[in-house]
Amino acid sequence: MKQTGNDELLVDHNHDGINRRGFLKCMAWAGTGTLCVMQGGVLKSLALNRWQEMGQPQGQSELSFVQISDSHMGFNKPANADVVSTLKAAVDKINALPQAPEFLLHTGDITHLSRPEQFDTVKQILTSTKTKDVFYVPGEHDVTDGDGKEYLQHYGKNAQSGGRYSFDKKGVHFLGLVNVMNLKAGGLGSLGAEQLEWIKKDLEALTASTPVIVFAHIPLWSVYPEWGWGTEDSEQALALLKRFGSVTVLNGHIHQTMQKVEGSVTFHTAASTAFPQPAPGKADSPGPMKVPAEQLRALLGITDVNFVRGQQALAVVDSNLV
Amino acid sequence: MRRELLLVCAAVFLLGEAQTTGGTAANGKTNQAEVEIDNFTFAPVTLTVPAGTTVKWVNRDDIPHTVVSEDRRTFKSKALDTDDSFSYTFTQPGTYTYFCSIHPKMTAKVVVQ
Repeated sequence: MKQTGNDELLVDHNHDGINRRGFLKCMAWAGTGTLCVMQGGVLKSLALNRWQEMGQPQGQSELSFVQISDSHMGFNKPANADVVSTLKAAVDKINALPQAPEFLLHTGDITHLSRPEQFDTVKQILTSTKTKDVFYVPGEHDVTDGDGKEYLQHYGKNAQSGGRYSFDKKGVHFLGLVNVMNLKAGGLGSLGAEQLEWIKKDLEALTASTPVIVFAHIPLWSVYPEWGWGTEDSEQALALLKRFGSVTVLNGHIHQTMQKVEGSVTFHTAASTAFPQPAPGKADSPGPMKVPAEQLRALLGITDVNFVRGQQALAVVDSNLV
Repeated sequence: MRRELLLVCAAVFLLGEAQTTGGTAANGKTNQAEVEIDNFTFAPVTLTVPAGTTVKWVNRDDIPHTVVSEDRRTFKSKALDTDDSFSYTFTQPGTYTYFCSIHPKMTAKVVVQ
């Protein structure tokens, strides 16, 4: 593997295999398509285009999936008059990946107004991906009918009450959580006591070495509470996940990529396939951000996730739709 | 001739005014007020009205919002897209805190006297 300049970060001050400065550097680059891979306990960061030149990271990826988010089917305002074609561009991007994903995760705001035809359009567009399975969790725009009836009709069949569920793929445990129902006035996202109890029971039988991936719409960490970018009771869920050696939390809602690492938990938010939103506090409100037409697709994207057994952190790669 | 014209114009003007004011009618029973939703904000944030007022919320934002009373029962609109509206008549005095159930950080209140 070629080595140039700053690509390899081998500083390990704490002798725990975690290169903290490297993590921060990775996070700063994440929005522009950076692969952060833990190999042999050492964090390496590679620019996405170089990674594609080299092919796979060392060690075949055992499990590969793609996260998309916030397709907002039905949105038709100036920020993006054609969310259908940008979702199709995301599908093209998925189909062009060097390793075909086994399934897709959609982290919510599938539709803009919870309408049946909007759910149907997204379902239909996603059948064009080479991967057949799509797992969804709802965003607040998917449950605007109050009790989420339309969403649950589409995606609640194999789920617990409220739409939460869990499943396993190749020894990795996935939890799909719903934090957009029964929200209180002035509040943030909410998991609720019943769901937290269910999470506790769901995780009980797992060994601490089981990699866990949690996906939910609203971020499970405090990105920017003033704009509702956080979940009130996420700390309680994270306490239940504390004993696990590798936890990845995948969220949407904020329409931009962001990463945070806390101990053995990596938090990551995906870009939208519909429209971007401003960075925290950089605008009066978190609404759709209008940009010149030629810049739009650079701010929309997909997230490719690869799991290599024996490595703590999943390789999470964001790429835009350009 | 001109004075008559002036008087007619004045009369028409005054009649017109009475019809479009949307304020207190002759018997003082019907009141209307409006709340504008834009930039993730209800404006005015506190609306004070007499009992019997019909409040109309209009969404001017480029994102949908709802108008839901804090208890989620007293009044609850469906999702309002841009230019959609929702009305509710407040018959009982009191303070009614409400929010957008899609973006719960958006809160406001109607004070009914």
